[in-house]
Parts: sequence; C-alpha cells; structure tokens
Amino acid sequence: MDFPEPIRLLAFLLGMMAFVAVNAAYLVWAERKGAGRFQRRPGPTEVGWAGLLQPVADGIKLISKQVIVPPGADPILFRVAPLLVMAPAMMTLAVIPFSETLVGRDINVGLVFVFAFGAINVMAIMMGGWASRNKYAIISAARVVSQDVAYEIPMLLVVITLLMVTGTMNLNEIVQQQAGWFWHWNLFRLDVNPLMPVTFIIFFICMLAETNRAPFDMAEAESELVAGAFTEYAGMGFGVFFMAEYANIVVGCSLATVLFLGGWQSPFGVGSGVIWFLLKMYALVFTVIWVRWTFPRTQFYSLLNLSWKILIPISMVTLVLTCILLKLT
Amino acid sequence: MIPFPASDFIVGGVFLLAVATTAAGALIAALSTRIIRSVAGLALCSIGLAGLFYFLGSPFLALMEILIYVGAVCVTIVFAIMLAEPDEPAPEARSSRTVLWGGLALAVSALIFWSLWRLGAQGHWTPPAARVTDGSVKAIGISLLTTYSMAFELISLLLLVAIMGALVVARSGRAKA
Repeated sequence: MDFPEPIRLLAFLLGMMAFVAVNAAYLVWAERKGAGRFQRRPGPTEVGWAGLLQPVADGIKLISKQVIVPPGADPILFRVAPLLVMAPAMMTLAVIPFSETLVGRDINVGLVFVFAFGAINVMAIMMGGWASRNKYAIISAARVVSQDVAYEIPMLLVVITLLMVTGTMNLNEIVQQQAGWFWHWNLFRLDVNPLMPVTFIIFFICMLAETNRAPFDMAEAESELVAGAFTEYAGMGFGVFFMAEYANIVVGCSLATVLFLGGWQSPFGVGSGVIWFLLKMYALVFTVIWVRWTFPRTQFYSLLNLSWKILIPISMVTLVLTCILLKLT
Repeated sequence: MIPFPASDFIVGGVFLLAVATTAAGALIAALSTRIIRSVAGLALCSIGLAGLFYFLGSPFLALMEILIYVGAVCVTIVFAIMLAEPDEPAPEARSSRTVLWGGLALAVSALIFWSLWRLGAQGHWTPPAARVTDGSVKAIGISLLTTYSMAFELISLLLLVAIMGALVVARSGRAKA
C-alpha cells in the first residue's frame, strides 16, 4: 500500500490516539485488578465479565461530570494543563518503532525527540498545580519539579552511555543493531559495559520517577496531599491527567524496550515483529504495576538522596567505564 | 512517492503557524501581568522557535530548543516563582522613573531591531540546503567541537558564572539569616 505521506501520518496519529486511549483505559483495569491480587482480594468484578467493562463505566462517569474551575484559579492555564500533559505523550509515540515498518516518523534524532517532548510534561503538571491556587497542589508542583529535575540527570547520563554504544539516535537503527539472539540486546552487551544491567535498572528507576509512579509518586501522595496537583480537577480534567499517567508509562516502557530489550527483535533471531515489541513492553508495564503495589512510598528526602547520591554517581561510573572499554576495543 | 495535492500550501501554513506561535508567545511573555502566564508565553515562544529551526533544516537544534528552553529554563523560572509568594504584587504606579527606564528600553530594542533588520537585509546568507547535516551524532559532535567550538566554550563559561553567582547569592543570604 502506497499512501501519500500526509495521509499515512494522519492515519498513524489517529491509530496512536486510539492505542493510547485503549491502553489508558485497560491499564487502569489491569492496575486495579493487579492491586487486588497483590492484596489478596479480587479487584473489580461487577461491571462485565471480570470487571472488563469497568473502564467504560468510569469513562462515562467522568465525562458526564461537570468540569469545575475554582474561583481563584487561573482559568486558561487550568484548562490547558491536562491537554499539555497528554499531547507530548502522544507525540513521542509517533517516533517509537513498533516494528520495522510500523513507525510514524523514522527520524534521525528520534531519541532526542522523545526526551524533548517528555520535558514538556513537567511544565504541564506544574502549571496545573500552580493554576489551581491550592496549597496541596502547589506543594505537589514544587515536588514534581525537584523530583523530575533530579531524575532527569541520571536518565540522560544512562542514555548518553547507550548512545556511545549505538552511535546513532535513530530508534529504528538502534533496534536493528540488536538483531539476532537475545545476547545481542543492549541489556546484555557486557563487552562494552559490564555494568549494563545496572544501567538498565537505573533507567527503569528514573522512568518510574519521571512518570511519578509509586514508590516515587510524591506528586500525588494521597495520604499527604489529597491528590496533589490534581486536587482541584473534576470530571474529565482529572480523567485526562489519569490517562496521561498511563500514556507516559507506555512511552517510558516502549523506550526501555527499544533501547535495552531489542525492540521488535525476537529473542531467538527469527520471527521478529510487532508481537515481540508488545510482549516486552507489557512485561515492563506489568513490572511497573507490580512495583507500585509492592513498595511503600519513599520519603521526599530519601527520594532526592537516592538520585543525587546513588544514581548519579553510578551512572557516571557506567559512562566512564563505557568510554574506556569502547576506546580499548 | 505520490505528490500530495496542495502540499506547498500545507507546508506554508505550518510555517506561518510556527511564526504566529513564536510571535504570540513573545507577546504573551512581554505583555501579561501574571508572571506565570509570562513563563507559559515564553514556553510557547520556544516551541514556535523550535518550529522555525526545523524549517531552517536543523531538526536537532529544534528539539534541543524544546528540551533546554521548555524543559529546563522555563521549569527553573516557574520553580523560582513558586518559591516566591503566590500572590501577584500590585503593578507599580507610573512615575518619572518608570517612564525613563521604559523609554530607554524602547530605544535599545528599537536599535537592536534596526540593526538586526539591516543585517538580515544586507548579509550574505548560505541557503539552508547547503548547511543541512544528516543530524547524526557524529555530524553534531564534529560541528560542536570544530565549527562551533567557540560558542560551545562560551556557553560553558556562562554556566560557570551562573553557578558561581548562585553560590555567592546563596551564601550571603544564609549569613544574613
């Protein structure tokens, strides 16, 4: 099929929106079901078989609610913030290669694209928190900034380490370099960096922190800040924030899959395709949910200490080690 | 590749959108009385600028514009605003001093605008097509460390001065308290 480029792109973006929406809806279901199982209770069971229609019911409920803008709030920024959280997540999915041909735009600077649009996320949550004129929201916004700034550094250091191994920022090329058996994946490239699995774990921790997931959900810490930056949002405004959280998890896990786990490459060297990408990505998404319901929320100071005193030094070490080993070989 | 109908118009429209975003963002940043909206305007302006960089054939620079200006500079500014009082101070009454400074600022910006316009009209510019690199890591690294090494070093000097300034301000502030 040879469609003109703009139509192909438009179709891809529509598909991406549907993908994000379905993912957000059913990851909420998976999260609630998983949380239930981890806590030895059944989770949602009432709406549909095994609660499968629960996201639909939730969606209808959220849409039918009134969007309330508090009187002291900044009306424009308050309304814009949820959209600004959602839009970058969808844009970054346009450069993620789901398979060799299933990619929105195969651009040379794909990796920078993901991080550039990922950076807008922080700004948007902060604007939402500030515009709410609510003390919980402002505290939460201040936490989001210091947390995301702190975790951006080890994340980018890890990505630089990986960039030196791959030598390209084109995500599709990065995947193609990892073809063959699973020991060709960047995760197992111990010849260029014996600490590669550690690097992957740092990336994963930073991804949890950047998407504000437990144990790093300081932004939304329910027991201290009501709902943090989202306290004043009602109805679909809150719903969009909620969906964006899952969309960002999908983006983060996709990136981890592409960078470390060989993207759409099969682990046995034959039969590569989109199915492997989805399998790996959802395994990571499940791990994210698993971590959330296994570890309690950290304290804010230990959260920052973890980044500045442990993750940044270790990622520096892996960076220097990779430099040396690449020069030697 | 099938040529798409009216693709020139679409590209032109996107270019105009980028120009409009830049101008609108700059105007919001300069004219808004709420400081948080000014920052949002600055972020909008940076995104528009990123679009313009893309049209100049430098997608890497466009993405860096978003990553650094929206992701770091604007976030830092908003963080500083948040640490200050959340309520806006009342705008200062017009006095002879504000008029003087305003007039001076207007004169300086008019001078800058005029000289930039002269430069733009008379300078010999390489057309973008000749400067397009493939955007690969290697090309960027080479241009950073050879062609643009001066700018690269100056930026690091600027950052050093900024860090030292922050340290000085923080130290004197703590001694006073």
